[in-house]
Amino acid sequence: MNHCKPLTALTLALFLAAGGAQAQDTAQSHGANPKLPEPQRGLLPSMTIADPANWGNEKPTVPQGYTIEAIATDLKIPRQTLVLPNGDIIVAEGKGGNAPKLKPKDVIAGYIKSKGTTSVKSGNRLTLLRDADGDGTYELQTVFAEDLNAPYGLAFHDGKLYVANQDALVRFDYSEGQTKASGPPTKITDLPSRINHHWTKSLAVSPDGRLLYVGIGSNSNITERGLDAEVDRAMIWQIDAETGAHRPFATGVRNPTALAIQPGTEQLWAVANERDELGPDLVPDYLTSIQDGAFYGWPYSYWGQHVDDRVRPQKPDLVAKAVKPDYALGSHVAALGLAFSQPIMGEKFADGVFVGEHGSWNRENPVGYKVVFVPFSGGKPAGDPVDFVTDFRKDGKTRGRPVGVTVDGKTGALIVADDLSNTIWRVTRAQ
Amino acid sequence: MHATLLAGTVPLFLGALLSDIAYYRTYEVQWTNFASWLIAGALVFCGLAIVFALVNLLRAAQKKGRPLLYLVLLAITWVIGFINALEHAKDAWAAMPLGLGLSLVATLLACVTTGIGLAKRRAGGAA
Repeated sequence: MNHCKPLTALTLALFLAAGGAQAQDTAQSHGANPKLPEPQRGLLPSMTIADPANWGNEKPTVPQGYTIEAIATDLKIPRQTLVLPNGDIIVAEGKGGNAPKLKPKDVIAGYIKSKGTTSVKSGNRLTLLRDADGDGTYELQTVFAEDLNAPYGLAFHDGKLYVANQDALVRFDYSEGQTKASGPPTKITDLPSRINHHWTKSLAVSPDGRLLYVGIGSNSNITERGLDAEVDRAMIWQIDAETGAHRPFATGVRNPTALAIQPGTEQLWAVANERDELGPDLVPDYLTSIQDGAFYGWPYSYWGQHVDDRVRPQKPDLVAKAVKPDYALGSHVAALGLAFSQPIMGEKFADGVFVGEHGSWNRENPVGYKVVFVPFSGGKPAGDPVDFVTDFRKDGKTRGRPVGVTVDGKTGALIVADDLSNTIWRVTRAQ
Repeated sequence: MHATLLAGTVPLFLGALLSDIAYYRTYEVQWTNFASWLIAGALVFCGLAIVFALVNLLRAAQKKGRPLLYLVLLAITWVIGFINALEHAKDAWAAMPLGLGLSLVATLLACVTTGIGLAKRRAGGAA
């Protein structure tokens, strides 16, 4: 790959030169009707890659009246977490994807982006954390199950622990107090796994436990791997928990990275990551209720009927049907975690959702790298996002990158997985 | 060696141009992948040819006229090719139609430059 080197050097030089020059521009448009500027893209995409650093003695910042502690460290790329009925926490660890490098660009961009992630190898396992005496210290950290294939989505219902690997949906039979799975899991169904450009399979279970929802990301940014690669991609499947039969529940969702059922209803919600390389303020990642049978635009359009000119052939008839998402979280924030709050989290954060934002690469002034709270009113998002856990990125250095968020309704805690420092953080109200 | 590198630039840019035309007509993304690698190959050949041309110019008794023109044209070809490589790094149809235009310009420039370069070689005679 010798011929790529001059290109790499120049690319680096150009985006570094473009780096520190400008003032902070991190204000973004949120809500139901975000401002959508015209698409723009220079000869090089604007990039600012996370520059990893250690936490040392520091911790992320939480609002006044709350405290944060690391309850597990030295994990192998923790992504999503789940709180079991007895309070034990299950952590899914791993890294997937096997997308071939098709262009010189893939070689160069892959190298640059890898600088902003952990160098730890994929755990491909579930870890169990236990705080037996309820003092907030999770003294037990043990492997619950291993030899999984990039597990990501987690769900639990009535003695069944569901895990979405990057290639299959599986189930463990669980009895309370277990610290180790009693055997290998049972496969419910295969999931689309060819290429797996976006490999994370998010998961939620319906309140009655009969239906499972799996989010399947697209196989490209914007069809650059061909439309054939996008069969059964960029959609949310509804799967029968008993038989494994599936149907597309919603389509055109570029990368549905986290799913959750709204408490007290059967309504499915998702956060999704939108397309890159259209400028710093396009296209907003979003939080939305998912309507049965709806098409959300990808790849042909974004935020309703805004046509993406990079796709050929175009499909005006599909664009006409595209549904607008409910709530813009901001472009490039990379929302990867979603959890509905409960009153035990405190008055200001009682009604709404927590969203874990992994942080941007395709933006000169980085955004995301925090956990926000989106307040709800009458069952719908109402108002701007409020910072809940911040300072993952400080003074140009990135210490952590939030992924999954989970509300522990018993103890009133928010569990945050951090896949850069390989840590699980726990936020509670100060005593 | 110099002649091989120089002459190799032409079919590589030409291949990229033909691939771009195929993508333009069919929307089949594999063609734009081919074009990207062919352009990368052309930049390697063209870049090494520039080194030879530069050394030749430095060693030549006369540092003006055709050898200088040849070097300058070769350098322009490389720069156009490099811009084209960045253009082709855009996803899917975003590389069109500018990528196709740049491939055409780079191919024509490579042809003209090679003509001038090889003409010099016939006149100069050195291997």
